[in-house]
Amino acid sequence: MLSKQKLFPWIFLFAALLIVFAPLPIQAQPVERTVRIEAGDYAFSPAVIHANPGDRVTIELVSKDVVHGLTIDGYPDINLQAEPGKTARTTFVANRAGTFKIRCSVACGSLHPFMTGKISIGPNLLLYRAGGLALLVLISGAVYSSRKQKAAQ
Amino acid sequence: MSQFTVQEHNPHVFEKGAASHRNPLIYSRWPLFIARAITLAGFVLTILAGLFGSVVGSQNFAIIFVWIAWWTALKLLFIPLGGRSWCAVCPIPMPGEWISQGGIFPGGKKIGLGRKWPKQLTLGKLGVLNLHGTWLQSAGFLMIGLFSAVTLTTPALTGWVLLGIIVLSFGLSLVFEKRAFCNHLCPIGGFTGLYAQAAPVEIRVKDRAVCAAHTEKTCYQNCPWGVYVTALQDNGPCGMCMECIRVCPHDNVSINLREFGKDFIESRKSSRLDEAFLALVMLGCVMAFSAVFLGPWGELRRAAYQVGSANWMVYAAGFLLFAGLLIPGLYALLLRLGGPVEKFGKSMARFSRPLLPLGLAAWIAFTISFAFAKLSYVLPVLSDPFGRGWDLFGTAGVVWSPDVSIISPILQAAVLLGGLLWMGQAARRDADTARRALFIQIYGLMITIAMLFLLVG
Repeated sequence: MLSKQKLFPWIFLFAALLIVFAPLPIQAQPVERTVRIEAGDYAFSPAVIHANPGDRVTIELVSKDVVHGLTIDGYPDINLQAEPGKTARTTFVANRAGTFKIRCSVACGSLHPFMTGKISIGPNLLLYRAGGLALLVLISGAVYSSRKQKAAQ
Repeated sequence: MSQFTVQEHNPHVFEKGAASHRNPLIYSRWPLFIARAITLAGFVLTILAGLFGSVVGSQNFAIIFVWIAWWTALKLLFIPLGGRSWCAVCPIPMPGEWISQGGIFPGGKKIGLGRKWPKQLTLGKLGVLNLHGTWLQSAGFLMIGLFSAVTLTTPALTGWVLLGIIVLSFGLSLVFEKRAFCNHLCPIGGFTGLYAQAAPVEIRVKDRAVCAAHTEKTCYQNCPWGVYVTALQDNGPCGMCMECIRVCPHDNVSINLREFGKDFIESRKSSRLDEAFLALVMLGCVMAFSAVFLGPWGELRRAAYQVGSANWMVYAAGFLLFAGLLIPGLYALLLRLGGPVEKFGKSMARFSRPLLPLGLAAWIAFTISFAFAKLSYVLPVLSDPFGRGWDLFGTAGVVWSPDVSIISPILQAAVLLGGLLWMGQAARRDADTARRALFIQIYGLMITIAMLFLLVG
């Protein structure tokens, strides 16, 4: 039988594996979704959009000043360009879950490299799992140091 | 057979053999000189591209090579693997050093006043400004933060800043001894000195007793940084130029491989408040940069860019308060909650070591988040540094943008968690009680969660 001292690392390892690999239920049904994004002054508005995995998403890009583009990391086929006052449109199926950067793809001025937004498709599992692991690191550290202190006393 | 021989008592020590078998990469001054000449040529090209090249940042060598290629290499390669190895090849102090030492190598007729760097500057009724330690470097890094949105996107400003830095370094070397600019003013020097402690290489003496008996101290006399290698407690002050190895008449200095992050974990005799403050400023800056440059908040980005406007004033005040006061203040508060403290400054200094792995991880994760997406600009500007339609090496039209949308966030999260884990190890080692270690780790958890939110949220 494992002693308490030897058991703790295994408990934390098990907890870490659980946090990383435990399947989380995604209940939302796929829907049709249209999002109008205004691009101007080095920003997208709205800057953050949400969709569910499987959604059929139509993005309408409207430029408020100069020519702007729109690409989404992880969706290489999407590349919109909108001239001022005109609307560019694309439709895609959100078949890759995760949180992805939206970027302007046309050099639109000084802050162009930082003109970004993001699209969250489904819950941000990476953030939740990483946050859970961070908490586990704290708890395991606290347990380890209190046991060490007790042993020293 | 290799020109390095391995000592029996320490398998990680590269020891020089007989004089005739000395490794020229270490014992000759020429390889380092050639490396620095190349970086100096690149530096001059960067200034010229910045001043006379395209005004479009993504088409200008100055912006792409300084703020993407070099900045990425510094944080992902130079510092984690080589400590202050960038400082060893940095071109900025070269012209001043050549003049002050009377030639490209030491030994010429020295030119300049050779004064010692002053300890403080009296500002009349305003008080006294401490010029020693890393206080000015912290201030310099905060200044970089204030103007970063403009500097990072305006090639001409990048060119002027680099020109100003090399002129300042040159001027200081005519007045002060050793590398005054690098030691006391260079904000990047402060950054590299802090995180160089993670590196798996070090330059150290083999036997302190030999140094104690050696009255000439040739290592100290010849060190361009003014470092006495025998007294080194960590990698922070060492510029990795290896001059001490070359000049030691007793072959008593060596370059060693060691565990990664050894200085973070090993306790040392003294800790300084200025280093603690620098570590906290770095944490504040990386969070602020992540929010400004990688976040979806357009208004914040515009405020950071419109230098001099009312919005920028608000941004500047917020940035300084956040990085210079809130982040250090939060740490002080958690240290206090962890138990009774001695004097405020003493406690901050004493328990500052765990901040280093946390900060290094945060900077690496921040770099990963933008580097992969922007590296595609590097090859085109190599062929067309001025953005004038040239194609010098046939790479002007190369489009290379790998899909890293899955792996990059995972890497960032893994690095941040690694930093937190590493911080915990340092905290448990440095803290006087388990309670204090817990509160230091709570601080780490808060920073890690905030960075996760900013980078992968």
